Amino acid sequence: MLPAQRLFPMGDQALIIEFGDRVDPVLSARIAKLAQRLRESLPIGVLDIVPAYSTLALHYDPAAVGSGTSPYEALAEIIGNWLQTQSVETSAAGRLVEIPVCYGGTFGEDLEALARLRNLSVEEVIAIHSGTDYHVHMLGFVPGFAYLGGLDARLAMPRRDSPRPRVPAGSVGIGGEQTGVYPLDTPGGWQIVGRTPLQLFKPDASPPSLLNAGDVVRFVPISAHEFETQAKAVR
Amino acid sequence: MSLTVLKPGMLSTVQDRGRYGFQHLGVPVSGAMDFFSHRIANILAGNGADKATLEITLRGPRLRFDDEALIALCGADLSPSIDGAPVPEGKAVRVRAGAVLEFGESIAGCRTYLAVHGGFDVPVVMGSRSTYEMAHIGGLEGRALRQADVLPIGVAKASPYPGLARELAGSKRNFSFPKWAVNQHIDKLGRSPQHVRILAGRHWDAFPAAARDVLTSVEFRMATDSNRMGCRLEGPGIVASGPLEILSEAVTFGTIQVTPSGQPIVLMADRQTVGGYPKIAEVASVDLHLLAQLRPGDKLRFELVSLAQAQALWLKREQEIITIREAVEKHLTE
Repeated sequence: MLPAQRLFPMGDQALIIEFGDRVDPVLSARIAKLAQRLRESLPIGVLDIVPAYSTLALHYDPAAVGSGTSPYEALAEIIGNWLQTQSVETSAAGRLVEIPVCYGGTFGEDLEALARLRNLSVEEVIAIHSGTDYHVHMLGFVPGFAYLGGLDARLAMPRRDSPRPRVPAGSVGIGGEQTGVYPLDTPGGWQIVGRTPLQLFKPDASPPSLLNAGDVVRFVPISAHEFETQAKAVR
Repeated sequence: MSLTVLKPGMLSTVQDRGRYGFQHLGVPVSGAMDFFSHRIANILAGNGADKATLEITLRGPRLRFDDEALIALCGADLSPSIDGAPVPEGKAVRVRAGAVLEFGESIAGCRTYLAVHGGFDVPVVMGSRSTYEMAHIGGLEGRALRQADVLPIGVAKASPYPGLARELAGSKRNFSFPKWAVNQHIDKLGRSPQHVRILAGRHWDAFPAAARDVLTSVEFRMATDSNRMGCRLEGPGIVASGPLEILSEAVTFGTIQVTPSGQPIVLMADRQTVGGYPKIAEVASVDLHLLAQLRPGDKLRFELVSLAQAQALWLKREQEIITIREAVEKHLTE
């Protein structure tokens, strides 16, 4: 059974299906699975399917969906009927993606400050951060950026007072109660604890993003030497 | 086939219909801001709808055609000229090899589209040639044009408007154009205050009636920090009834987000794929190009319409574009 859902228009070329109003890894995992299935049997005129914490959005071309007078009503009926045929098992585990991280040093300049703030040793911070499985609720903000759920409350730390003008791609950060990986060189205000040699976003790759909604992420500590070796292999 | 950039202008980027199919991975759609003018420019240049044009912003570039080319300009009036002679918008224009296209004063509107027969032939990245500067995706090396760039033009099989080529061959001027034009939509572009229709958004009801009245009755002004990501609007604050707990979710072209300080921002072509601010309304797609043509300081007013009205207007617009295309196609063999 699917959770109860409500359909809303978002402008005249998008439709949002709302499944709830809270952050829940089980809910967003089910939404991610629905998005994947819908992408595999894309209704005519649908251009994009965007899962989020508790909603699924469909962007569509009004001239291409249905032939009636209301493209929204036509698509809402197609989607409503489709949803009735779907069931999503709650235990469905997402794909596990291991992300190697070199913690601290020049790769994670804020690691020691975080440890001091939380009265932990650097080793404890690394053990807690890499000892948790994180759920990818959705992607957004910049290409390939995953909104991860599941940060241990002991590692929460406010964002920096002034954002850094450039955070290198691959940097692993903590901002408030969230953790994540910067896919691109961008300005950023999160506390940086390490860096992965993996490229999270490659425009020419298929798929271009390492992560997708519904995945499970595990950070694996590596040495600076391993970082260099793996970074070379990635390039 | 190519053109050479003698001067890049303020912001000139290659754009097409946009990059669809990757929003779930956080990849913005991008594409032409005024996709209406972009489409008409392509139609005039004898191109299919998938071809890329050059989006030219406020202060235009200086471009040299390395080969004879068939072009069309459509959108803002940025005083285009070829080798010193004014060149008309809304027309197919045959340009001699070596001719230089440049722009002058911006008379009306913000963005104009240069289509070249064959399209700008930059690599297709994730199904699109559109430039998304922030992630260096698409376009020419993922960025706006720079001086000395050579912008490749696709080789086309057809040779439309043979009469224009003959006229150019026998002319002293460096370009030729027909008597007919497509300009029925251009006169609306440069208006201030501009009239923009909107639909109630997901969080319309979370705002008190007074705030909703402000949105639909007051004149707003385009802020100077508006860009391809969003149009930031200046005016009285739009304040929600209380703190809104909103989970981030998808946004769309034309979503009007309201920041905690009460400023409305209309999300445009380079918008992020998801957002966490309340969405008070969405701009009717049929009017998005009007917003794309507003310059900093220009004024606008919003009018609330229903979803049914907005979709009917959009379908009517699609019919108008088909009519324009069919009318232009009759000239292609002349």
